[in-house]
Amino acid sequence: MKIGLFIPCYIDQFYPQVGVATLELLEKLGCQVHYPDKQTCCGQPLANSGAESAATHIYRHFVQLFHTYDYIVAPSGSCTYHVRKHFDCIEQTGEVQHVRKHTLDLSEFLLDVLKIDALDSRFPYKVGLHQSCHGLRGLRLGPDSERVSQERSKLGALLGMVEGLELVDLKRPDECCGFGGTFAVNESVLSVKMGKDRIADHENSGVEVLTAGDMSCLMHLEGIIRRQGTGLHVKHIAEILNGVQL
Amino acid sequence: MMEHAQKASRFIENESRTDWHDASLWFIRTKRDRVAHNIPEWEQLRELASQIKDNVLANLDAYLEQFEAQALKNGVKVHWAADAEAHNRIVHDILAGHGVRRLVKSKSMLTEECHLNEYLSRQGIEVVDTDLGERIIQLREEPPSHIVMPAIHLKKEEIGELFYEKLHTEKGATDPAYLTEAARRHLREKFVGADAAITGVNFAVAETGGVVVCTNEGNADMGVHLAPLQIHCMGIEKIIPRAADLGVFTRLLARSATGQPVTIYTSHYHRPGPGREMHIVIVDNGRSAQLGRPDFRNSLKCIRCGACMNTCPVYRRSGGHSYGYTIPGPIGSILTPGIDLKKYGDLPFASSLCGSCSDVCPVRIDIHQQLYRWRQVVVKEGGLPLVKRLVLNGAAWMLSRPAVYGFFGKLMRKAMRRLPRRFLYNRFNEWGKGRELPEPPRQSFNEWHKQNRSRS
Amino acid sequence: MSRSAIIDAIRRNKPAAPAPLPGIPVFANDGADMLETFIATAETGGSQVIRISDSRDIGTALSIRFPDAGIIASPLLFIDTHINLEAVQNPAELEQVDIAVIRGGPGVAENGAIWISEADCMHRVLPFICQHLFVLLDPAGIVQNMHQAYERIRIEKQGFGVFIAGPSKTADIEQSLVTGAQAARSLTIFLTAFSDSK
Repeated sequence: MKIGLFIPCYIDQFYPQVGVATLELLEKLGCQVHYPDKQTCCGQPLANSGAESAATHIYRHFVQLFHTYDYIVAPSGSCTYHVRKHFDCIEQTGEVQHVRKHTLDLSEFLLDVLKIDALDSRFPYKVGLHQSCHGLRGLRLGPDSERVSQERSKLGALLGMVEGLELVDLKRPDECCGFGGTFAVNESVLSVKMGKDRIADHENSGVEVLTAGDMSCLMHLEGIIRRQGTGLHVKHIAEILNGVQL
Repeated sequence: MMEHAQKASRFIENESRTDWHDASLWFIRTKRDRVAHNIPEWEQLRELASQIKDNVLANLDAYLEQFEAQALKNGVKVHWAADAEAHNRIVHDILAGHGVRRLVKSKSMLTEECHLNEYLSRQGIEVVDTDLGERIIQLREEPPSHIVMPAIHLKKEEIGELFYEKLHTEKGATDPAYLTEAARRHLREKFVGADAAITGVNFAVAETGGVVVCTNEGNADMGVHLAPLQIHCMGIEKIIPRAADLGVFTRLLARSATGQPVTIYTSHYHRPGPGREMHIVIVDNGRSAQLGRPDFRNSLKCIRCGACMNTCPVYRRSGGHSYGYTIPGPIGSILTPGIDLKKYGDLPFASSLCGSCSDVCPVRIDIHQQLYRWRQVVVKEGGLPLVKRLVLNGAAWMLSRPAVYGFFGKLMRKAMRRLPRRFLYNRFNEWGKGRELPEPPRQSFNEWHKQNRSRS
Repeated sequence: MSRSAIIDAIRRNKPAAPAPLPGIPVFANDGADMLETFIATAETGGSQVIRISDSRDIGTALSIRFPDAGIIASPLLFIDTHINLEAVQNPAELEQVDIAVIRGGPGVAENGAIWISEADCMHRVLPFICQHLFVLLDPAGIVQNMHQAYERIRIEKQGFGVFIAGPSKTADIEQSLVTGAQAARSLTIFLTAFSDSK
């Protein structure tokens, strides 16, 4: 099985430890992971701003780099969703279709392909899971509160494999954090307000560590937490699954 | 551009009030979730409703003709209005023909859209909105902020003050029961004295030629059955094919709207009462044009439940008035660009694209996908300011060139580490206004990988 | 003409792909007691439900529920009334009615609604304009859901018909639920077999 690792641009630049954790975790699970080092971005920041046509070069570049892999794994529900959903605007060659079909979020790859049911990691903290919208409602990584469904939560299942970890119930288990890509700067006041409200829910519920499958949401939330100076810890789920310690 | 952002910022300036507004709507959203989860076939009903509406859109011309023929057979007079102006003129002509001076009207977003009240008032006709929320905002001379709960933005103290001024209630009275009772007395006088009644339409049944109107207050019926003349105004998209389809839609509508199992009154009007007249005005006003936009036509499936507003994290924290249109929130943001792309071009951007609206929608409109697609249209039509366009094109150029991307990434991180804080957090840094920037590491993942896994 | 312009525009712009009209499946009874469900949902919706074994006892039940009832109106012959509904010319006269008693059905277990047609009320406005509404419902006429209800009735048979699911309500002031908005302040449902009445 040839696995291509896709590390989204903001993780590459700002949170390399999340990329490292993802890579190490996959290697621990026995995977041969390749990292095509010419990769840049999935193009979502442009497309969400309405510049899809300018993003098509990036899409083609992505496909050209990744189409030879059986699976393309990314520690991001949002970027994965973008590749699967929005690469529909370029010519649907065999390569494009292959890439769209086989780009998976880390949690999907672990549970649906590797079918793991145990992990060797320990994280004895109260953890609040922020369900990123694109992972939850885009990739259906779990049941959302709007739909009537019996799906299981993939991120919840993975965190359940971590020894000592206590997953905290939130008042609003799947409300948006307000990141929303360029929304965060186009509507910065609103975006920050949404983020503050999310953080307050975690803090009021006794969360010690805030986690998510998407570092983009966490970048936004962490930015607010640091501005507030409250000391809530923020970790990407890959770091926790890989056995990070505080 | 970005008028919504400015209005939202102003709304949020009063943070406790923003929290109050958010909590009011979240309460309804939670009620909705609970009742939806009590119906095991909920998702099946949504799919059915969606398919029925797809069928309606694909056969709308035939259904409208069928509806008209049946309505005529029922002794109803049917009128067609191409736009808002024609709608208002037709309504006025009917009213003038009966010498109507006093008119009562139950909630109708269509007549709001057409600005019927202002039009009729100019012609000297007294128009009284009889839904309590609508009456409140009518007395305040402002537009509704929500399509189901028009006065959701107001506090009881403000309504108490308004009623003290306009309905002579006790000074300082804020008890909702007391204020509602005062409105009841005031409105009963208006019902009894009305010469005509107008209602909106929730559903128009093609096979029977009748219209269905849903209220909780009973105000549509109080108006219609007391006045000698009844007029129902409907958009062309209100059609459903069969009476049996009402079973699907009435199960979805109130549950989605307010978390009730059904509205208190679901009224079916087919023929006028003895010696009375019933009119139906069928309005296009841009809807047939929307039908011609394949990416956006299914916005016409909307049954105006308002669930997308209640669930929208943006709407809840920016208020209905921040959208600047009769129908606010996610559904408003996909209807308005088709009406005026220049004026409403910022609304598709007033969303984090969280997708909650699409999942809550009882007729499964892919609202957030349409927001995404409207963004593409806005940019294509030149709706972005030059600076943003340059930034986006620059980013596109850089992100398709790995070496350039790597170089600029390194440069940016270096700059972020070295530059003084006041330089980084300048007034153009929207991110930094309420948030810290990420702490840039010395090494990107790419650089780490080269160093640690050089052979892969 | 507007009509042809609108129809033409629709014909031009509507989707070309066919979208078949789905059949509506039977959403079968999950085994719950429909009568009990009806009573529970009706009461949750703010209705009062009273079981009466003999419909001739309705007068007594009425006076127990509202001992100080003023003007009673009903098209039902076995109710003592103060108004001759047949003689009412202007429906606004019914503004003085305190209590209206009418028949209805079917009742709908999932939401506590009862179908009331024009023929049940003689004056369309009666169930709305009265201060308190009483509806006689035969328990045999309770169906599980709205699909079954619409199968039982023909909405176009009468010029007017309505499902009523409780007292007139509003929550337009700060989401506080207030009953008695514009129409009837209360809804009392008498569950009684119809065979022995009228």
